[in-house]
Amino acid sequence: MKKFAALIVTILLVWSCTDNGPSGPSPDDFDREAILVNWADNIILPSLQYFSNSTDSLQSAGAAFAENPNQQTLDNFREAWKKSYLAWQHVSVFQMDEDNQFQFTNSINNYPLCTAELNQSLPDDAQPDDKCKPEIKSYIEDGKYNLELPEQFDVQGLPALDYLLNGLGETNTEILAFYTSHNQSEAYQSYVLVLVNRIHSLAEEVKEYWETGYRDQFVNNSGNGLNASLDMMVNDYIYNYEKHLRAGKIGIPSGVFSGNPLSNRVEAYYSDGLSKALFMEALDATQNFFNGKHFNSTQTGQSLDDYLDYLNTMKNGTDLTELINNQFEIARQEAEGLEDDFASQVETNNSLMLSTYDKLQRNVVNLKVDMFQALNINVDYVDADGD
Amino acid sequence: MNTNSIRSYLNTKTNAAPFAVFRIFFGILMLISIVRFAANGWIEKLYIEPSFFFSYYGFEWVQPLGEWTYLIFLICGISALFISLGFKYRISIIVFFLSFTYIELMDKTTYLNHYYFISVLSFLMIFLPAHAYYSVDAWKNENLRSQQIPSWSIDSIKLLLFIVYFYAGLAKLNSDWLFQAMPLQIWLPAKYSIPLLGDLLQQSWTHYAFAWAGAIYDLTIPFLLLIKRTRIFAFTLVVIFHVLTRVLFPIGMFPYIMIVSALIFFDSGLHNRILEYISKWFRISKSFFDNGANYSIPKTWIRKVCVSAIAGFFMIQLLVPFRYALYPGELFWTEEGYRFSWRVMLMEKAGYANFKVVDPENNRRFYVDNTQFLTRFQEKQMSSQPDFILEYAHFLEDHYQQQGIQDPEIYVDSYVALNGRQSRRYVDPEVDLTNIQPSLKHRTWLLPFDDEIKGL
Repeated sequence: MKKFAALIVTILLVWSCTDNGPSGPSPDDFDREAILVNWADNIILPSLQYFSNSTDSLQSAGAAFAENPNQQTLDNFREAWKKSYLAWQHVSVFQMDEDNQFQFTNSINNYPLCTAELNQSLPDDAQPDDKCKPEIKSYIEDGKYNLELPEQFDVQGLPALDYLLNGLGETNTEILAFYTSHNQSEAYQSYVLVLVNRIHSLAEEVKEYWETGYRDQFVNNSGNGLNASLDMMVNDYIYNYEKHLRAGKIGIPSGVFSGNPLSNRVEAYYSDGLSKALFMEALDATQNFFNGKHFNSTQTGQSLDDYLDYLNTMKNGTDLTELINNQFEIARQEAEGLEDDFASQVETNNSLMLSTYDKLQRNVVNLKVDMFQALNINVDYVDADGD
Repeated sequence: MNTNSIRSYLNTKTNAAPFAVFRIFFGILMLISIVRFAANGWIEKLYIEPSFFFSYYGFEWVQPLGEWTYLIFLICGISALFISLGFKYRISIIVFFLSFTYIELMDKTTYLNHYYFISVLSFLMIFLPAHAYYSVDAWKNENLRSQQIPSWSIDSIKLLLFIVYFYAGLAKLNSDWLFQAMPLQIWLPAKYSIPLLGDLLQQSWTHYAFAWAGAIYDLTIPFLLLIKRTRIFAFTLVVIFHVLTRVLFPIGMFPYIMIVSALIFFDSGLHNRILEYISKWFRISKSFFDNGANYSIPKTWIRKVCVSAIAGFFMIQLLVPFRYALYPGELFWTEEGYRFSWRVMLMEKAGYANFKVVDPENNRRFYVDNTQFLTRFQEKQMSSQPDFILEYAHFLEDHYQQQGIQDPEIYVDSYVALNGRQSRRYVDPEVDLTNIQPSLKHRTWLLPFDDEIKGL
């Protein structure tokens, strides 16, 4: 008996010391790896490829415009910019910390853009630190730029193009003047080139990173734990939902965190009312990701909805998938009533913007409390012992 | 029991080897715990990086000391080593108790029943002669050196372990645990990648089997360990149970501490053999300590203080876990009387708390970004525990007063999901939390749970 006990004890102790490896046998009943495969092959890679194609067009349109700035090239450039901005909304949904090594989100869509007007709009009691720098116009005219420095996130990417395409003047003639008759027109032309080149090369870089190896690493890391793909992705998915979709696009401009509306914090602020389209696109992309809907297709595959349904059959609880999808729908319907241009919306009828925020906020609870609990996802960066 | 039998029990002696082994391993495991804590970078992350710390009621004065926090851990680690060696034992165990407890009181975000167990165990050990045998102190001091110590000293360790297990078992006798297999039903399926067990953990019957087995284990193991005939079987169960919890859950050093602690239930034969091994290894003369002498507390008044302290200690230990009965409402929901009660792994509670600041002077209102003040870990703990929510609201009041809002009102929009139930509103959103003072009174500002968890 004693020897037998000792044997068991030894075996158990050895077993307890083996770390739960990142990968393991896939259980027959629910294949979590299938979610990762669906995300990677049908959503992430196609979205990155599509974004990279649009930035390729953006690069050519930008080059054509810089070489020959006129109404025609400006219109084409704007069209390409709009397409890239919409495509970005799909990429934004699944931005993971892994992609952070490229500073992808920071370099592509960091807004508000730093302008002299933005600094002037700060309240009188603002501290010197509250002011952004560098202000884009003087930055361009100085001509000494290195967009890879973190301090320069405020003057690049799609928001910078928004300003250069739509914000330099009131009319097209005024805008074109910066590239033709302005005494520093060459600086403006070359900055356009620098921006489109950087956007496209980043898009290529991240796409290739996923294509050449990271896809497999992502899919194979199908275990559970803090560093497993599923846990990381769900954490980052919620982060993007809260920070970019809810706060960035709706909450901050409508003054949820400051107490008064801040119209100049709107995404694509200088554009002719693109903000709503961007928001709607991002909302769709976010919901599609949840449902595993393939990029640019009506087909769906395995995703969080199926996983929740699987777990739900065991718990006889509320249908969380339905709850979350309904709430997405409620938020969408509320947002339908918004003007195309959120900047004008917050100035004329902010209460509709605030109620859209509330509808989005409600889903944070569904996702972050109920879904996290159901999936038993480890919350990021909490690796202390439990009870 | 009459006075005589109590007196004769208090005079019973027993071989000191089990307590010496317990002391040695306790000290080593504590030292490893401290080193592991530091090596994981947790001192920095949990006690230096955050800008705000959650305090226990009445212990607001216990705060981390910036970089000096490392010193507390160093002191704690050194005293653990000294305990193991039995060197300056009384001072070491007092220093260990104080430093360890200070660490635990710095931020209640990190509260764990295991840490509380270490605190109370080390408090108890202050009054026990763990150094009378096989220690540096006993080696140097002939008057101290005793092969026999009062039985009650070892028995009080056993009693504490008994309480921990048995009360943990009682706490499992509730409808969520037994009839819903909650929260195991949430936790276990997520462990799909564990070798051998992964598939099994997907099965509903496994969750129920684990739940019932866990409850039965906790309730019976102290008895099985006490009875000589079942002791080896019981110890095998102890190992299986704690190793399993180690595999399934991130619970650090605790399983090892409990496994080693359970050894104290064995007869002194085993412990004498363990000490012989150690003696051979380190070339210590064990026979030097085997003097057959009886340990006696030098002065009567010290003996009286010790015995009364231990008696008082156990009265408190037996009663404190039941203090929840003084409060109305569902314990798991309100958490009034939840901590310090050996309620281990009973709840999966997740929350979300969104604080609204209102300046009544101009009716300006805005929401707080919690990440500005709290770490993710703190935010997670804060969101589902009412005392955290209130303390944080008062912190926000102070902060925004400094920012120039004279009399800010603070409201919270909060939701909590408990054991797989759909999330529901937690704190009354109409209540200005700045008007509520932290206290041990019933919290009327929480919304009702509207469900019932039956049982103890």
